[in-house]
Amino acid sequence: MFASCADPKSLEGLAWLMCYLASGKHLLFYLSFGTVLLLLAITAPVALLFGFGGAMASRSRIAPIRWFGRIYTSMVRGVPDIIFFLFVPIALDQAFEWLRSRIYCDPTVPVRHGNEFIVCSAAKLPLSTSPEWVHQAYGIFLAVIAFAVVFGAFAANVLYGAMNAVPRAQLETAEAYGMSPGQVNRRILIPQMWTYALPGLANLWMILIKATPLLFVLGVEDIVYWARELGAAKTRVYAYPHPDWRLYYFLGILVFYLLMTWGSERIFDRIRARLSRGQATAAGEAMRKAAT
Amino acid sequence: MKNLMLAAAALALTAGMGLAQTVRIATEGAYPPYNLVNDQGEVDGFEVELGNELCKRAQLECTWVKNDWDSIIPNLNSSNYDAIMAGMSITEERRQSVAFSQNYIPPTASAYAAPAADVDVTQGVVAAQTSTIQAQYVAESGAELLEFATPDEAVGAVRNGEAEAVFADKDFLVPVVEESGGAIVWVTGKDDIPLGEGIGMALRKSDTELREKFDAAISSMKEDGSLNEMIKKWFGDEAVLF
Repeated sequence: MFASCADPKSLEGLAWLMCYLASGKHLLFYLSFGTVLLLLAITAPVALLFGFGGAMASRSRIAPIRWFGRIYTSMVRGVPDIIFFLFVPIALDQAFEWLRSRIYCDPTVPVRHGNEFIVCSAAKLPLSTSPEWVHQAYGIFLAVIAFAVVFGAFAANVLYGAMNAVPRAQLETAEAYGMSPGQVNRRILIPQMWTYALPGLANLWMILIKATPLLFVLGVEDIVYWARELGAAKTRVYAYPHPDWRLYYFLGILVFYLLMTWGSERIFDRIRARLSRGQATAAGEAMRKAAT
Repeated sequence: MKNLMLAAAALALTAGMGLAQTVRIATEGAYPPYNLVNDQGEVDGFEVELGNELCKRAQLECTWVKNDWDSIIPNLNSSNYDAIMAGMSITEERRQSVAFSQNYIPPTASAYAAPAADVDVTQGVVAAQTSTIQAQYVAESGAELLEFATPDEAVGAVRNGEAEAVFADKDFLVPVVEESGGAIVWVTGKDDIPLGEGIGMALRKSDTELREKFDAAISSMKEDGSLNEMIKKWFGDEAVLF
């Protein structure tokens, strides 16, 4: 990267370390932190949306929708996460390719040949001519769906509980004012449930942060992949030979995750205080007493 | 004007069809000098240089894909990529699930390395990479097999005393032993064990067309001696040649 790094063999001490840490491979490692943050930034709202849908479905007055909501939450919560993360991307990928193969290829040709899964090249997803970043993005997309399905089920359960925790008297008052069920939901139930949902959702967010290394299992080149790759002992084949340094790289990742969860705690504390204001909960009552 | 735009659009669409399909080749990227991720973060190594040359000779457009070793064959069969070049020895067992090109590295030696030269490798704990011919050999040798996802972790197990010896391709172990400063040495009499039928390219069984193209390209490189030169460049002068 820098001119002084052109010949790493001649460098020593701090200069060597600086060049080592600025190598192209390390830049990819630093970028992979962005991958993790991007995954969190996309997954959290999508999972919340899934959760909201699941919770609303579980409360629905129409029986099949209610069953769907209940089955979704209880089934996904009952399966180990890692099974889901291994299953969903493969199943989705093959489902997409199968569907495309029915449209773009000769539909009479089966996709399975013995233990091989083959679709014609026009149906491949992504196309084999696509650049590598498309393949990477597609991998992350499948991962986001897997994460959203799993965490959506947990969020649905949290939100379902929170909706039931809103005092019945509040809803009754709204009904007495002549609001329709939809209006009661929108104006009374949903604004008030957040204070009950927040502890559960904060918990889920922490678990989501800690679950991001599962990306590595899905073959996405995340921070765990690069830490293991960079930390592995390097022989003279490489420009920067060094012994087994995985310990230091994993320590770095550990600090990153601790900072992430520590920062999240602080933010959640502020949101919690904001939402408790004026609420008929113990936290709201404590705030009221402190103010007077 | 409208016709012109239509014609341009049609041309742009059909132009893509005329191009050859890109062949995606998977490698592990953790098995120097066969394949590795260099300091620029790109795949590199003997197999990458060889693969690029083979593609040039077969007039194919190729790209490289990194994939973990233990899922490298299943992902080939589910068409995530079209070929594997990852230091994979040709064995009867693997022929059950994939097809191999002719070998591009002749049958080479595997070796035991340990902290002491007099370790009895038919007893005790021996480390090897999972799903390799070396792992199978250890399992049949009477020693207790300790498997690792990457060869580097297998070497690490010997360094921290978890295993008494490591069994791997000799070409992979040579730099490890030489640079260990005597901490890891060859096990006497166990440093030259021929295994397998050489290393080849793995392809889907149904993909005969692609296999023939690569077979022809490998043959042409064997004939004009360029393959031997490439082997010498990456594995040193003592390497086994064709």
